[in-house]
Amino acid sequence: DIDDVGHKYYLELELEDVLDKDRTVSCTAEVLYHLGSRASAPDVQVTVQGELRSTEEADKEFYNRMRSLEKELVAENIPDSHGNIPPELEPIHLLAWVASGYVIWQNSTENTKFHLAQVKHVKQVKRSDEDLQFDYVVLLHEMVSQEVLPWEVTVLWHPQRGARVSR
Amino acid sequence: QALLDEEQTEMLRSSRQLPLDTNTFNYESYHTIDEIYNFMDMLVAENPNLVSKLEIGRSTENRPLYVLKFSTGGTNRPAIWIDTGIHSREWVTQASGVWFAKKIVEDHANNEGVASILETMDIFLEIVTNPDGFAFTHTTNRLWRKTRSKHSGSICVGVDPNRNWDAGFGEAGASGNPCTETYHGPYANSEPEVKSIVDFVKSHGNIKAFISIHSYSQLLLYPYGYTETPVPDQQELHKVSAKAVAALSSLYGTKYKYGSIITTICEYGGN
Repeated sequence: DIDDVGHKYYLELELEDVLDKDRTVSCTAEVLYHLGSRASAPDVQVTVQGELRSTEEADKEFYNRMRSLEKELVAENIPDSHGNIPPELEPIHLLAWVASGYVIWQNSTENTKFHLAQVKHVKQVKRSDEDLQFDYVVLLHEMVSQEVLPWEVTVLWHPQRGARVSR
Repeated sequence: QALLDEEQTEMLRSSRQLPLDTNTFNYESYHTIDEIYNFMDMLVAENPNLVSKLEIGRSTENRPLYVLKFSTGGTNRPAIWIDTGIHSREWVTQASGVWFAKKIVEDHANNEGVASILETMDIFLEIVTNPDGFAFTHTTNRLWRKTRSKHSGSICVGVDPNRNWDAGFGEAGASGNPCTETYHGPYANSEPEVKSIVDFVKSHGNIKAFISIHSYSQLLLYPYGYTETPVPDQQELHKVSAKAVAALSSLYGTKYKYGSIITTICEYGGN
């Protein structure tokens, strides 16, 4: 507890690589939830101890595949009602997960617990610059209230520049 | 042309692979309400001396509420109640209910597992506890949780059946807003899906254990959710929970936490 400021948490975390379950990386984080009902995102500082695996080749393959599509990608319900994701949509799903992480961070308090439930809709938008753009509608599930909240997120992605949420 | 049509029909039928019995039924995929109701009928037909099907009421949209009764005889024996699918989007629970039903029958046939329980007790299993919601998750909204009732004064549909029980009704953890996922309803037991269970349990008079299955988290919970006052049998429940969780973990290492609802879920910063 920090008087007049808020609540600070010191975390020691182990990150597990979703695509390589045996691979873990330790990290530490400090999270400060601000006092007061005025909605503002918690402050987060993270230090990663160790190296993240290089994904250069897979990134390049995905980037080239998306850039060379004749028609912009459109998809919905990822995963589907049965929990399945077609392999070619895996990167789209992972990108949605990352983007959701940003939205969740911006909207979290000490009394919320959000998860990405499903990508309701995604549309690729062709750009004149080098970024890939995906306009998502994601469904976020909140554990305490059990509500499912739709959220529109626009994500830009580039193999070197990484992911950015622009809206 | 007639031959071509016939071939098409045949192909469609075999590709849909309608199970002919509960041994060819696919336990590894999700099913529709009709497929589950059909499964129940097959199970009863195959095991008439052990399994029977009861209708304990009707849902808001007039779907039958079916309960499977597993009994080796006696009259009004002490019984265990299990329900799955009260929250319709929690699809793995209805699927588990189907699997439980088959497992109970198999255990009895092989004289292992729950067979010893069935010597002196009955088991009641309601697999599709919220059929209207379940149908809705198939046709319209995979993430629908509540019932499909309309109560006057709101355009929003549905009551959270698991906030509609007459135990601390309307207190913390439930919402009075009809448009929310945890709307408790206008009054306790307003939902036929809930009322029919209450009526059944009360008129049976000899239910010894009541187990409700959710896909929520890995938690084994006992009362109370609405007060910190411990239940009279708290110590025994805690011991039983510890054993159950250890037994569960012994199979595949699955970890469950356990405790009373109010102390265990509180960790999510509950209401």
